[in-house]
Amino acid sequence: MTDLKHRPPPAAAVDAPPARHPLGVAKRLRTTVKHLGLILLALIMLYPVLWMVVSSLRPNNEIFRSPGLVLDGLHTQNYGEGWDALASPFGHYLLNSAIVVLACIIGNLVSCSMAAYAFARLDFTGKRMWFAIMLGTIMLPIHVIIVPQYILFSQLGWINTFLPLIVPKLLATDAFFVFLMVQFIRGLPRELDEAARIDGCGHGRIFWRIILPLMKPALATTVIFTFIWTWNDFFSQLIYLTDPQMYTVPVALRSFVDSTVNTSWGSMFAMSVVSLVPVFLAFLLGQRYLVKGIATTGIK
Amino acid sequence: MSALGELRRIRGSARGSPRKKDNRAALLFLLPWFAGLGLITVGPVAASLVLGFTDYNLIQAPEFNGVDNFTRMLSDERLYKALRVTFIYVVVSVPVQLACALALAMLLDRGLRGLAFYRSAFYLPSLLGSSVAIAVLWRQIFGADGLVNQILDLMGIQGRGWISDPSTALSTLIVLNVWTFGAPMIIFLAGLRQIPVMYYEAAQTDGANRWTQFWRITLPLLSPIIFFNLVLQIIHAFQSFTQAFVVSGGSGGPSDSTLFYTLYLYQRGFNSFDMGYASALAWLLLVIIAAFTAVNFWAAKYWVFYDD
Repeated sequence: MTDLKHRPPPAAAVDAPPARHPLGVAKRLRTTVKHLGLILLALIMLYPVLWMVVSSLRPNNEIFRSPGLVLDGLHTQNYGEGWDALASPFGHYLLNSAIVVLACIIGNLVSCSMAAYAFARLDFTGKRMWFAIMLGTIMLPIHVIIVPQYILFSQLGWINTFLPLIVPKLLATDAFFVFLMVQFIRGLPRELDEAARIDGCGHGRIFWRIILPLMKPALATTVIFTFIWTWNDFFSQLIYLTDPQMYTVPVALRSFVDSTVNTSWGSMFAMSVVSLVPVFLAFLLGQRYLVKGIATTGIK
Repeated sequence: MSALGELRRIRGSARGSPRKKDNRAALLFLLPWFAGLGLITVGPVAASLVLGFTDYNLIQAPEFNGVDNFTRMLSDERLYKALRVTFIYVVVSVPVQLACALALAMLLDRGLRGLAFYRSAFYLPSLLGSSVAIAVLWRQIFGADGLVNQILDLMGIQGRGWISDPSTALSTLIVLNVWTFGAPMIIFLAGLRQIPVMYYEAAQTDGANRWTQFWRITLPLLSPIIFFNLVLQIIHAFQSFTQAFVVSGGSGGPSDSTLFYTLYLYQRGFNSFDMGYASALAWLLLVIIAAFTAVNFWAAKYWVFYDD
């Protein structure tokens, strides 16, 4: 495992002990330049997003004249206008997205952890082949399966319901998370399982009582990634949800763009900001798990 | 080990042990996954192959038309455009994105003050990049009187409508993909942490400068991770959809200059309900991605260095 733990926030760099010899001065100068460069780069990276937040608080005509971040006043009307710009208030779409996201999270947690337990701890016929297939499906583009999947779901009468978005998650099709959890379970000492087995536990109880409680970090990673990916997912929500009543946030936002091209950027920015707030919160709360999740599936 | 390393290991490892098997328990635990494999992933892949040889509009029953869909591809001008746009996007944006990711990961050295802050700042765009909101923002930023031109104006440079101009529209999407270099950067960071410090110490003792150290130590030892990132980001880039869809209002315009392959597939399948042709297109995409990945794996023999 790599150490990606949070480092304590930096004490002001200026307080570093005074350099004792010329080499130290050169080194400190280099570090300072490096920090300045990094801060500048970070600012450039985040500038578009910051500017969008600021612009959502500006009157429309000003958005096209003010590349800066300084606000003259708070023009909060954009938020009110944007909220009521579509057929339903924006809260309706937020709620739809929340329902889909919540169901997908539960689906991924249950189905992926079960599959992961089997791959990590059970010995069964053809295990290596199934595992290879599972890994292969991580890389399978959704576009290849979307047409027959759409036909299947439309024959089941599921178009304009949330089922086509949720049911696949209940069936462990997000193989990325299966793999993530397999890696995690493999890192847990097998002695725990053995001891439980000697005490007469079956696989169901070992999974429920021992493995699941120990794999909370992997479950947390799954929750956060599923949240962000489902919240942002546009392709499948665009295809399966065509009734404005069923629109989720991304689809609603897109219909907003098409209906108001270039007329009310302010309210469009306002709703864009609203749509990003949950992602941002998930990022703040779950940063540690996000970073670990990426790093561990990439490396270990 | 990464998913790719895992596949390598499966191929190379010995046959399974003769221990007692847990077939019944495994079947129960894998039941949802097996169902998903049959109904949601592998089943549809097979079904789309069959549909690829039919004419199907969702209303009338599918009708076999032999290889018509595939001969139609040969003379489909928009398909050629879509392929061209997608190839340019993948071949330009992925290497640039990975180069940025590696450069930043190298700068965020062990023990750097404020590492967590920088890491977050550079990673955040990766999480936001695929959202409709950011695509909306991009549409404004690169518009005729958008943020970029406002800033250029301050510097006395005459801008242009970056998105309405067919010669620059794709570049704005490439910039967007490069902007999300944070995720591969984090993978690089973790990889760099695994290179033993003593290698660098030994190199320093031998008088190797930083440049030599980078080429002789960092790059070879990091090559499996560069490979992993390359394969994943290429597959990922081939599937880009949202940005082009929102920026072009679903058309792939101006003059098809942002017509990503997936966008074209969407138009054929879900605007024209030409499901047979869309299935054939989907298979072509799968073959192309598989070919790119295969070439990647083949080329890996010559530049990826495995320590184990």
